[in-house]
Amino acid sequence: MELVQVDRLQELLNNFANEDIYIHLETTNGAYAAHFNENVFNAGAFIRNVMIRYELGKIAGESPHRIGLKLPYGWVYAQGITHFELDEHGRLLMAGHDQAGKLAVALQISKTPFTY
Amino acid sequence: MTLPMERHVLVVFPHPDDEAFGVSGTIATYINQGIPVTYACLTLGEMGRNLGNPPFATRETLPHIRKEELLASAKAMGLTDLRMMGLRDKTIEFEDDEKMVEMMQSLISDTNPSLIITFYPNYAVHPDHDATGRAMIRAVRRMPEEQRPKIYALAFSNDSKEALGEPDIVHNIKEAAEQKMGSMRAHISQTAWMLEEMDKRLADGEAEAENWLNFERFYTYDFSKDFE
Repeated sequence: MELVQVDRLQELLNNFANEDIYIHLETTNGAYAAHFNENVFNAGAFIRNVMIRYELGKIAGESPHRIGLKLPYGWVYAQGITHFELDEHGRLLMAGHDQAGKLAVALQISKTPFTY
Repeated sequence: MTLPMERHVLVVFPHPDDEAFGVSGTIATYINQGIPVTYACLTLGEMGRNLGNPPFATRETLPHIRKEELLASAKAMGLTDLRMMGLRDKTIEFEDDEKMVEMMQSLISDTNPSLIITFYPNYAVHPDHDATGRAMIRAVRRMPEEQRPKIYALAFSNDSKEALGEPDIVHNIKEAAEQKMGSMRAHISQTAWMLEEMDKRLADGEAEAENWLNFERFYTYDFSKDFE
């Protein structure tokens, strides 16, 4: 993955608009967050291989960036995105990695289902 | 230290690297003694967070990396019967409970173990750890008492010593320390968290001489104090 280049990522988001796509969206503090620090309120969410179609995909803000997808009847967004990659299978992988190199958020878009 | 003889040892954990920190010295010691060991690893640790910054992996490539690390760890321990069970990281507790028990029953009937090593339900921090231990305890509980294998359970939650006391089984694994280091090194993408755990234990007052490279500790599971 490489650091987000706004123009390039915007172009990739445009390429997936108005298509049936599979989505992976995840936020996490890690399963051990409250073990290492009992004051941490551990929350996160995860969806994978849900099919959506968005009419507008937009990148906003300075790094860490925010990505929003406008659906005909709803929204998907992620904040904290630092890195991106169009992988060898043509999937758009976006992620936010903290200073320690731990993933905090992931938003991924693919025309075919992600593996199990 | 020579460990008591076993017919077969079955180790069941949910993540590649779960064996490295607390059990790889024990696994290597049994293997060095000629005792057959089976390690069933339920997932490929797909949801691991250590991806680096700059990243060395993506969400989608991580499982491939961790699978290779698991194979390398098995090699370092001398383990030949490694089984990857195909579940997904962080989802074990949401699987059908009966299906999980059946998976454990089939591992037991396949390997006929005299000893099973897994996590102690409710004292193993990660929801996958607790769910794995739960399924295994349930599977063994259903066996006639005289046929049940022993269970050595790992507990490391912050309240485990308060609730369970000190572990009753302590293995001196010094002679397998090289193999244990090999297993730890094999899981290089995940070493950071293991080192954090080690630092935490030292900070909590565990003497260095008593540390993970010399000793591995377990609770013999006692069905008269069952978790449910």
